[in-house]
Amino acid sequence: MQRIMKPLRETGIVGYGAYVPAFRLPAREISELWRAGQDIDYLPVPQKSVPGPDEDTVTMSIEAARNAIARAGLAPEKIRAVWVGSESHPYAVKPSGTIVAQVLNIVPEVLAADMEFACKAGTEAMQAAIAFVGSKMGDYALAIGMDTAQGRPGDALEYTAAAGGAAYLMGPAEEALAIIEGSYSYVTDTPDFFRRAYQKYPEHGNRFTGDPAYFDHLTKSITNLLEGLNLKPKDFSAAVFHQPNTKFPKRLAKMMGFSAEQIKQGLLSPRIGNTYAGASVVGLTNVLDKAQPGDRILIASFGSGAGSDAFSIRVTDKIRSAVNKAPLTEDYLNREIFIKYGTYARWRKKITLK
Amino acid sequence: MDIPRYWRLKNQRYLLEGRKCQACGELSFPPRLVCKKCKSRLSEPHRFIGRGTLYTFTTIYQTPDRFDAYSPYVVGLIDLEEGVRITAQLTDVRPEEVEIGMALEMVIRQIYADGDRGPILYGYKFRPILQK
Ligand SMILES: [Zn+2]
Repeated sequence: MQRIMKPLRETGIVGYGAYVPAFRLPAREISELWRAGQDIDYLPVPQKSVPGPDEDTVTMSIEAARNAIARAGLAPEKIRAVWVGSESHPYAVKPSGTIVAQVLNIVPEVLAADMEFACKAGTEAMQAAIAFVGSKMGDYALAIGMDTAQGRPGDALEYTAAAGGAAYLMGPAEEALAIIEGSYSYVTDTPDFFRRAYQKYPEHGNRFTGDPAYFDHLTKSITNLLEGLNLKPKDFSAAVFHQPNTKFPKRLAKMMGFSAEQIKQGLLSPRIGNTYAGASVVGLTNVLDKAQPGDRILIASFGSGAGSDAFSIRVTDKIRSAVNKAPLTEDYLNREIFIKYGTYARWRKKITLK
Repeated sequence: MDIPRYWRLKNQRYLLEGRKCQACGELSFPPRLVCKKCKSRLSEPHRFIGRGTLYTFTTIYQTPDRFDAYSPYVVGLIDLEEGVRITAQLTDVRPEEVEIGMALEMVIRQIYADGDRGPILYGYKFRPILQK
């Protein structure tokens, strides 16, 4: 059995785009309200991004996808699939992809669907887009990972549940700014985190989320990818891991033999928190913004439930002209409007009157 | 919400699509079927780029119910680069930081959600330009 996944036609990223909302909630705002500041020295991230009251996964996906299309310089009607991976689609029934495709003038000759796999829905959409382009069902497919994640007020997840993500336009390798060398996916039934239908907030297994979930699935996907491609950590200029906090991806890097320098550019959780389906994919946009032709990059997601997708990608010389055709990830990271817990509670509808 | 009307006007709301007079070239937004300048009825769709500067603005504190979540918010008169002045909500900016003449760009945002069960209306708003 062939373990590494690779399409028949060589496929790559022809455009990418990031989106992070402008608003930030400092973790101390949560700590002071719920814990009287008792945990102030142990906060999982210093701050997190918060969507404005008029933002959702659809509006954020539109902007990220617009950036990806601008970098590709592609006529939107050439895109034949729009897949949006998220756990926070604004409709339970009506695909986010239909609105994204309409606004970006991709309609009507297109597939559009939503994907859900907790924090790996974005890379799941990427795998599908690679397969779609790689099988020549279409030349271009748009894969988006985007979330406006919510944690129960006072819960540990409230410190990190954030908003943001990225869009990737997959196309033929000849036009790509980064070529997919191969990917590997690893999935088991592990109930570390879930949200039942009609529930507003998710449930999680506290300590159970670490070793049997995050670390087990990521070490398996990364190890299998590296073995299958006959690569070592030192062959990569950068690595991006799912980042539910600051500690987990750093510990994973150490376990797998990646240096602090290799994960630096892709580790955005200290500035924006955990953007769920957007987390690893928006990290990759920051790495691509700074990449040089020839760079090899590892990206590995993790989604609760649970699973991990790992990809090895190789940057081409087309990166040089693409980067500045859309806002940089840094432009979004540097746009910071700090808000109070009260504003956050109001915007995120944490105060209910009925 | 009037779903057929919302659906019919989607190009206007999503793409900032107005009209261009085929007789004299005059642009309009919202789209006018009769040219304001030459009274011609011949026109074609025209998509505005979505960049402009703020001509003037007002801050709304007493909002209609459906905009409650956003109050206070700013409504601006925006001079588009193509020379047409339009009305739109501003977003991603504190009311006290809004200034006449500021450079703005179009984004797509929720305009309002029709209660807990109705459709969500999306459309253009303007925010301070991201890239200097
Ligand atoms: Zn005219």
